[in-house]
Amino acid sequence: MSKELLFISQHWNIEFNHAAGETASVFFRAIKERKEILGRRCPACKRVLLPPRSFCERCFVDTLEWVKVGKEGTIEAFTIVYEQFRGLPKPPYAIAYVLLDGASTAMVNFLKKVDLNNLQEALERIKIGARVKVVFKRKRRGRITDFWYELLHT
Amino acid sequence: MIQAGIIGIGQTRFVTRRDDVNLGELAREATIIALEDAGIEFRDIEAVVFSLALDALEGMENAERWCVEAVGGCKKPCIRVHMGGATGGSALHTGLFHILSGLFNCVLVVGAEKMGETQDAQSILNLIFDPVYEREVAINAINMCSFQAIRHMRKYGTTEYHMALVAVRSYKNALKNPYAHIKKEITVEDVLNSRVICYPIKLYDCCPRSTGACAVLVASSRFIKKLGKKRIAWISGIGSCTNSYFMGDRMDNSGLNDHADAEGLLIAAKKAYKMAGISDPKKEIDVAEIYAPFTSTELAAVEALGFCEKGESGICNEKGIFDMDGKLPVNPSGGVLTSNPISVTALVRVAEAALQVMGKAGERQVKGVKNAVATGEGGSLQFYTVTVLSKGI
Repeated sequence: MSKELLFISQHWNIEFNHAAGETASVFFRAIKERKEILGRRCPACKRVLLPPRSFCERCFVDTLEWVKVGKEGTIEAFTIVYEQFRGLPKPPYAIAYVLLDGASTAMVNFLKKVDLNNLQEALERIKIGARVKVVFKRKRRGRITDFWYELLHT
Repeated sequence: MIQAGIIGIGQTRFVTRRDDVNLGELAREATIIALEDAGIEFRDIEAVVFSLALDALEGMENAERWCVEAVGGCKKPCIRVHMGGATGGSALHTGLFHILSGLFNCVLVVGAEKMGETQDAQSILNLIFDPVYEREVAINAINMCSFQAIRHMRKYGTTEYHMALVAVRSYKNALKNPYAHIKKEITVEDVLNSRVICYPIKLYDCCPRSTGACAVLVASSRFIKKLGKKRIAWISGIGSCTNSYFMGDRMDNSGLNDHADAEGLLIAAKKAYKMAGISDPKKEIDVAEIYAPFTSTELAAVEALGFCEKGESGICNEKGIFDMDGKLPVNPSGGVLTSNPISVTALVRVAEAALQVMGKAGERQVKGVKNAVATGEGGSLQFYTVTVLSKGI
């Protein structure tokens, strides 16, 4: 009997049409139609949640009030990716969590327009605490990728 | 009152691929070893908890369907547990709840991982982020931990050198673990010079993708007495805590629940220590098996577990406190950095901690272990499990 082991190659290809839901739809339409970033305020703890959610996970209550937050903010965490992962963008790219002015929680997006080819040089500019601005795509589709962050005056 | 203890442990060698067995057969290997270790048979198992994380990593939905008969599950109650990286910790707790309910006396907690069959692990792990707000920003299991690492560095002055010390120790320890996947000696320079994956995480700060299985038999004090078994790792305390889904919620500068710190782990550990009657973990915990797929994850974890003050994990690593000959050895097995079979990684932590308590850890045995702690961590540093194992109860 041959001891040769055989293999079965398979591929998953599954499509979804995800509903953004009421809350995220308002958020994305504000980005698409008015270049505005909207958070939701918790009536109990008063935090402005970004990205917006219909409830506050700390207070267990529904959030009701929409709040327009600033288009500038502060980097709270970041990474610079140098590895190619299958199905993910071509490196290098930077991702940052930014606390936008007026928001209580940080929102993640790409940090663009900064040279990442030399890590040490990039780290001179990309720091926790660095100020950034929101930059909107010209053609917006109502997605998180309709905007990104760029460093302010460096 | 019912007490529960671990009576048998089975692990396979962790490797990149196993092309000679399917997922269930792999789980069966660990099960048979655990049954022999406990001195019991398949028919003694009253229920099965199957530890299985992301289906996509196996390429099969409900893959426990394929496996439970191989581990003796037919005609018995079976529950599959999936909590991401914390899966094995939650599976062990589920097994414990079976025993503490009084309905069962002997439960098999078992699982297997064959993630080596896909090259797409990080694109699959990108799918653990929601399709609305975060997935399109290319987050995966590596860079989600980079965000924690960079905040720890900023808050406490932790450096890539401190991270490198964790890798060097883990790799050194793995040399004495016959089950470890990665077995080679590395230096601090090797780590610091390895290629950047997601800054500040470099190649040697990362765990491998491992294939293998683990089985743990949990029994009631009544069953143990009847069996006449002496070397038992009693489950003296457990804790579990869930953090918010959005990592950005832990970056609000309120000082509470900071993403730099593993706050969920801290809360879970406090509960587990209280249950186990441990008031000073620094003195009373003799060895720890920590779920840390990245070097930086371990630095935050040892602080949350109360092994040192917040921000002091780097200095403690410089002092060798967590080395095999240090005051509180961490990951004598080589830890997750040298073997990460996701579905069972947290269960392996329990198994290794239990071996230490039983005095059966071979060359990686820490002397005189009375209490050991094992942790699990899943999601974006979201789900935490802590299990304290003790020689007596």
